[in-house]
Amino acid sequence: MQSQEAPKTNDILLEARNLNKFYGTFHALKDVSMELKKGDIKVICGPSGSGKSTLIRCMNFLEIPEQGDVIFKGQKVEDSTKSLRALRSQMCMVFQSFNLYPHLTILENCTLAPIWVNKTPRKEAEEQAMHHLERVKIANQASKYPNQLSGGQQQRVAIARGLTMNPEVILFDEPTSALDPEMIKEVLDVMISLGNSGQSMVCVTHEMGFAREVADSVTFMAEGQIIETGNPDEFFTNPQTDRAKDFLSHVL
Amino acid sequence: MNGKFMSFIRGLYASPFSIAMTLFWAYLAFLTIPTVVNWAVINAVFVAEDGDGCSRSGACWAFIIARFDDFVFGRYPEAERWRIIVAFGLPLILALSSLIMSQKQRGKILFGSILLFPISVLLFMYGGVLGMEVVETRLWGGFALTLVIAISSIASALPIGILLALGRRSHMPVIALVSTTFIEVARSVPMITVLFVASIMFPFFVPEGVEVDKLLRTIIAVSLFAGAYMAEVIRGGLQAVDTGQYEASAAMGHGYWQSMRFIILPQALRISIPAIVNLFIGFFKDTTLVLVIGLFDLLNMVLSATSDPKWLGFEVEGYVFAAAVYFIFCFGMGHYSRHLEAKQKQR
Repeated sequence: MQSQEAPKTNDILLEARNLNKFYGTFHALKDVSMELKKGDIKVICGPSGSGKSTLIRCMNFLEIPEQGDVIFKGQKVEDSTKSLRALRSQMCMVFQSFNLYPHLTILENCTLAPIWVNKTPRKEAEEQAMHHLERVKIANQASKYPNQLSGGQQQRVAIARGLTMNPEVILFDEPTSALDPEMIKEVLDVMISLGNSGQSMVCVTHEMGFAREVADSVTFMAEGQIIETGNPDEFFTNPQTDRAKDFLSHVL
Repeated sequence: MNGKFMSFIRGLYASPFSIAMTLFWAYLAFLTIPTVVNWAVINAVFVAEDGDGCSRSGACWAFIIARFDDFVFGRYPEAERWRIIVAFGLPLILALSSLIMSQKQRGKILFGSILLFPISVLLFMYGGVLGMEVVETRLWGGFALTLVIAISSIASALPIGILLALGRRSHMPVIALVSTTFIEVARSVPMITVLFVASIMFPFFVPEGVEVDKLLRTIIAVSLFAGAYMAEVIRGGLQAVDTGQYEASAAMGHGYWQSMRFIILPQALRISIPAIVNLFIGFFKDTTLVLVIGLFDLLNMVLSATSDPKWLGFEVEGYVFAAAVYFIFCFGMGHYSRHLEAKQKQR
């Protein structure tokens, strides 16, 4: 793990090139390009319907873009079982609605993919899972079922579940939007500590405080396009476009 | 309990309408219950040499008792009937032993006992191994035959149904088309037709010399038929699983089969338990239809016993007995289903 001060390499880990996505006749992503360097934290924000979730979901091919390429570690992602397995086993996603498996215990939620996707021996997988549950401070709930936990706890388990695959990138799709206000902080704290440990992340979020504190860059989207991208200080104090100014005046 | 009872009593006279209903049902009970009790118990004959020993004013349970073994074992040779008990006993003991296992083991043991069932039926009931003589399936009958048909076809209908349901939802057009066609065709014909095709028409379609046992053909036909119904029930369950579950499993790197096996199907089947058990009960009773193709299941054994010269004219007793047996088993299944549901809800 690299510390925060360590110089960031110039390796581009994840890149989207000229993505276009249509839902019927609705043009959800219009020629969107972005890149993420190793160790970077990118925050994507924008009004609802701006295409930010579609963009992040195209990154791991939960939505398949009609045009354009996703390039992960120099490899173009194909819509094939093999390519997607390689991509998804190194990249995980945290959803707005947690999407834990309700019929499995917390520990089983965190060992299923390591055991069956990565073929890790069960005992080792369980040890690693406990380590990651420890990291999100929920190890004492390991034998419970998801519905017995609060929303914030469930989201932290979802993060731990993703971490068990030792992902190169974590995609966060509005991770705190479904949470009660008092639970948002516990999830953001986990995300911040992950960021500080050098984890590469793409976060679609409305939490501007989080963006300010840890993001390396902030991308503002509207109507399926990237309107502006900048480092958080610039973006928050001196947005370049009227659209961004208008958006910030509503969320800050 | 006491409070419940008191509120029940209060409900009987809570309003003029309640009072009217109470009186109505009391009158109806007064008319029917004594008659039924007189017939079934007080005037009933439990011990008799033959039909002459029974009175016409009461039930002749002596008939049921005298023919009870035949109702259970059919026309299976009497000296070999212990083999049926072993054939059913082995899987049953295994299944019951799961009760002392942990939750995790229990499922595996139950699954194993279902797999063991056809093997143990083939070994012991059919025989031909370990010095046991072969007993042709045409001699099988009674409740044992009912259970053989019902358990084998219901147990195989479940995996068939799962595959058909997945096939129908498949993105591969050929698989989806084949599954959908099969399901729709099977659902659009009466089960009796399927049984006739399996028992009478099938031999015309296969080359000469190839012979498939009639009972086996029947079981395969019922399995496929029930599988089509099962498929629709499971498809409903699959649709009810949240799309987030599909997305989460895909995002974690699970392929199609892994995601179905570990994440989607366990949830879909859980949702479908009431509907699946409903089908189980329906098909369990529908196995009586095999009498039209000449298999001697419980109902057919009872019917043929009523034409026994020693016991002529006791159809009612026979039907009541068959109904009681079916009721006990179907009620048991329904009860077990509710128990499973209640257990799921605790999560």
